[in-house]
Amino acid sequence: MKELKQKLSKAFGKKNVSESFNELTLNIKSEDVIEVCQKLKDDFQFEILMDLCGIDYLTYGESDWNGNASSSGFSRARQAQKSTNQKDQRFGVAYHLLSVSNNERLRVKALLSSENLMIQSVTKIWNCADWFEREAFDLFGILFENHNDLRRILTDYGFVGHPLRKDFPMIGEVEMRYDEELGRVVYEPVSIEPNVNVPRVIRK
Amino acid sequence: MSEMKNYTLNFGPQHPAAHGVLRLILELDGEVVERADPHIGLLHRGTEKLAESKPYNQSIGYMDRLDYVSMMCNEHAYVMSIEKMLGIKVPERAEYIRVMFDEITRIMNHLMWIGTHALDVGAMSVFLYAFREREALIDCYEAVSGSRMHATYYRPGGVYRDLPDKMPQYLDSKLRSKEKLEKINENRQGSLLDFIEDFAKNFPKSIQQYSDLLTDNRIWKQRLVNIAIVSPERAMQLGFTGAMLRGSGVEWDIRKNEPYSVYDQLDFEIPVGVTGDCYDRYLVRMEEMRQSTRIINQCVAWLNANPGPVMSDDHKVTPPNREDMKGDMESLIHHFKLFTEGYCLPEGESYTAVEAPKGEFGVYLVSDGANKPYRVKIRAPGFAHLAAMDEMAKGHMLSDVVTIIGSQDIVFGEVDR
Repeated sequence: MKELKQKLSKAFGKKNVSESFNELTLNIKSEDVIEVCQKLKDDFQFEILMDLCGIDYLTYGESDWNGNASSSGFSRARQAQKSTNQKDQRFGVAYHLLSVSNNERLRVKALLSSENLMIQSVTKIWNCADWFEREAFDLFGILFENHNDLRRILTDYGFVGHPLRKDFPMIGEVEMRYDEELGRVVYEPVSIEPNVNVPRVIRK
Repeated sequence: MSEMKNYTLNFGPQHPAAHGVLRLILELDGEVVERADPHIGLLHRGTEKLAESKPYNQSIGYMDRLDYVSMMCNEHAYVMSIEKMLGIKVPERAEYIRVMFDEITRIMNHLMWIGTHALDVGAMSVFLYAFREREALIDCYEAVSGSRMHATYYRPGGVYRDLPDKMPQYLDSKLRSKEKLEKINENRQGSLLDFIEDFAKNFPKSIQQYSDLLTDNRIWKQRLVNIAIVSPERAMQLGFTGAMLRGSGVEWDIRKNEPYSVYDQLDFEIPVGVTGDCYDRYLVRMEEMRQSTRIINQCVAWLNANPGPVMSDDHKVTPPNREDMKGDMESLIHHFKLFTEGYCLPEGESYTAVEAPKGEFGVYLVSDGANKPYRVKIRAPGFAHLAAMDEMAKGHMLSDVVTIIGSQDIVFGEVDR
């Protein structure tokens, strides 16, 4: 792995390569994704794209116990606090690569801003990226340029919103029931209340 | 005569050969598939979102429900990623128990696969034989965790409890004669390990039985040989793992190449296919069952010889002994803290993969230092396999689609998450 780290540092700059938990991460700019991935596949023999996923950094590092907790009692944590954060680079895409011939793994990460939520598709380099990108689009709303079939994949037909974003409520936005008078299924705003049983805490 | 145009066929989501809730839109030219478009997500339960809202330990049970025929392997990946980030060490006995149950799970999964695959292709009896053996393994699950499917047995720091000294026995019933009762309880007289040892002794004969029914069967071969050939290059392009990748002739198994747990101390081999068709994938999985039996035998021998703790004594992560709790203040605090708040992982991210029966099952954890994961991404092997459906089915007959689904060993719990 040391060797790979050196080679990567040489090719992509030392500050972009980091190591933690015995894993290597290569941080890249979102515009360079095609160039970097092509290079990783051709020169570094990363033949398999194991995984591709989106991340939403909206509430990163926020705990539910902020503020004056003692005056509000236990109920202070029953409701997840809304984030007031305005992150510049809110979204990220993580690629997990595997090299069968060298027995190596690498994570490639690109950050995206919420104004321009777009990144080049890597389906031409690794064909299996197709569904993974569709999933990231469905759950986070990240657009993959030059992907030729960017439909929703996991959510229902006609679903609105991107459920794995941090500002999408856990209980969802709408509920569905069969209306006997109308004789069809209708969507209504959710009637249940969100409930947090264990608050999020960060202890350093 | 007017010419028939292509037509579209809706296969599933309620079709017995769809292995769950797969909806396939097939474009057919006569009986030949021109395009296959799988629609998934009918079993989407938002496991990843749920896991983000709960302390780490409470999500172990969700892992069982992902690939619901290889429960403990999923748990293993999740638990290992937590252990990796916390940097805690697991007692060796727990590692052997985990590996033994991983392999039991692998056999369970493959028995399910061979049964349903054969049933789809038209061989009824294999299903019955396979489920006879599967029952014994489910009993092992029950003996160790109390649950026949969703065990939640692996915990960060080890396994929930040590193996039981007594294998549960069948009870007396009006429906059974005394002789019958004695006969079915015959191999349940000793401990769980004795039962597993007995199973592993007899299981190769059962595999031979399935093999006798299928391997040289004319119909079986007509339905499987040269169906959905995937070259090694394409298999890698399509993100195949596990038996799908090995069936195409790529020698890659995480247990060998990046050994986790105690796999580096065990002796087993990796079967590899030649042509990469459905028949090769069948042969690979059959051989995997034999190899798993070998691993189980080695684990049983080791576990019989080496008693010891099965849970780490780092009580920030694992619950303290009940008895200590009554007298020791610190244990009481640990217990309270652990079950109300959980434990915090250091900030960072990690990707941990195990060789699940279906392929590489990976868990990508992002932690911001809280007691709940910031992001959990589950990399399910079946997701990538099903994505290749279009390419594999193209140019084959409609009936071959069923063979391909069976050969891919699809389970919707993990595909839809």
